[in-house]
Amino acid sequence: MLDKHAIAKRIAQELQDGFYVNLGIGIPTLVANYVPEGLNIVLQSENGLLGIGPFPTEDEVDADLINAGKQTVTMQDGSSLFSSAESFGMIRGGHVNLTVLGAMEVSENGDIANWKVPGKMVKGMGGAMDLVASADNIIVAMQHKSKDGKSKLLKSCSLPITGLGCVKKIVSDMAVLDVLPEGGFRLLERAPGVSVEDIIAATEGKLIVDGEIPEMIVN
Amino acid sequence: MINKVVSGPEAALADVTSGSVLMLGGFGLCGIPENSIEQLLRMAVKDLTCISNNAGVDDFGIGLLLQTRQVRKMISSYVGENAEFERQLLSGELEVDLIPQGTLAERLRAGGAGIPAFFTPAGVGTEIAEGKETREFDGKVYLMERWLKADFAIVKAWKGDTAGNLIYKGTAMNFNPMMAAAGKITIAEVEELVPAGTLDPAHIHTPGIYVQRIFQGKDYQKRIEQRTVSAKR
Repeated sequence: MLDKHAIAKRIAQELQDGFYVNLGIGIPTLVANYVPEGLNIVLQSENGLLGIGPFPTEDEVDADLINAGKQTVTMQDGSSLFSSAESFGMIRGGHVNLTVLGAMEVSENGDIANWKVPGKMVKGMGGAMDLVASADNIIVAMQHKSKDGKSKLLKSCSLPITGLGCVKKIVSDMAVLDVLPEGGFRLLERAPGVSVEDIIAATEGKLIVDGEIPEMIVN
Repeated sequence: MINKVVSGPEAALADVTSGSVLMLGGFGLCGIPENSIEQLLRMAVKDLTCISNNAGVDDFGIGLLLQTRQVRKMISSYVGENAEFERQLLSGELEVDLIPQGTLAERLRAGGAGIPAFFTPAGVGTEIAEGKETREFDGKVYLMERWLKADFAIVKAWKGDTAGNLIYKGTAMNFNPMMAAAGKITIAEVEELVPAGTLDPAHIHTPGIYVQRIFQGKDYQKRIEQRTVSAKR
């Protein structure tokens, strides 16, 4: 099983040189720590910044410079600043190459639920609905099962959905899977120490296992 | 040049009444009109509708107005940092309209730019689409969303001049420019108020035409929600 850092490392392998990337809050934010050497990646923060740099030193902390998770950040050389309307214009307009999001549930046809647990958690969707409705390339970072062992990769989502048919790829603590346009999770890789049988048992939605499934390489 | 300067928050907000619809700039606690929020507390106006991306934290920003029960309705995208908000929402004391963040930004922009409605893909097929018109364009379904307007837009800028021109700093711009344009009366509080002619016109973010009142703010706390630092870079 992968811990959250290993999930982030595996997702970082999906980055390509020249990508503009929006990283959601939580595990997705960690992806920034594992950008492969030599790749030029620009991180978009939906509160109005292109070119998020590393966290500041004590001396550099600026209350007027935060990311979408409200953490203090710095700017890379070549950064730009803009309003929230401009920011979501570039998201809806398809200018961001890759979006990485967390999820509570994903269905076999790519629906995602990650914003609300009725009667329990009402924090709001933030930018998630705009991101999932607009991006062509969405990778979801998630736990394969809930704490009580229930599958989170489902036939259909039980929680209120954030967007329809939008997830293309999932990196969970157990596996890497594609979500096929015609429906179904295609198993691509399994986490170290996890068997195909474990993944079959942990996946409620339609799982497609084709041939030998390699163990993922995360280092 | 038309002079927009007023003496301070008391004069700027004097005609805000109970039941007013307000827009309040900021993302989290970044770029919020601190002085004006304090003035609203002093005025004790009630039944406010507040349009703001977030609702502050329990003891700062709009959270202060929630503690005093001055807010009847919030229109926001994300309210996760505020336990009192969540309590009032779950108990039904507070009316809340949760809107996707990009839709909120665009509804504000539309309000200021004279666009009564527009179509967006955000929220199609979700519970926020219930009761809203959808239409297909080039094979994809979109949701119709309406403009947002307010009695007062209250924004915070870094620098402003006596003509009402505004410049924001860093990510403190966020929702402030669209709100400035969407308010019937727009009130700007600034960290540094300078004479007209001092700021480079090419660097203005919000042109003065949108701003009716501007004042020199003071004692900014600029609280940080997640102070995240590294030992060295």
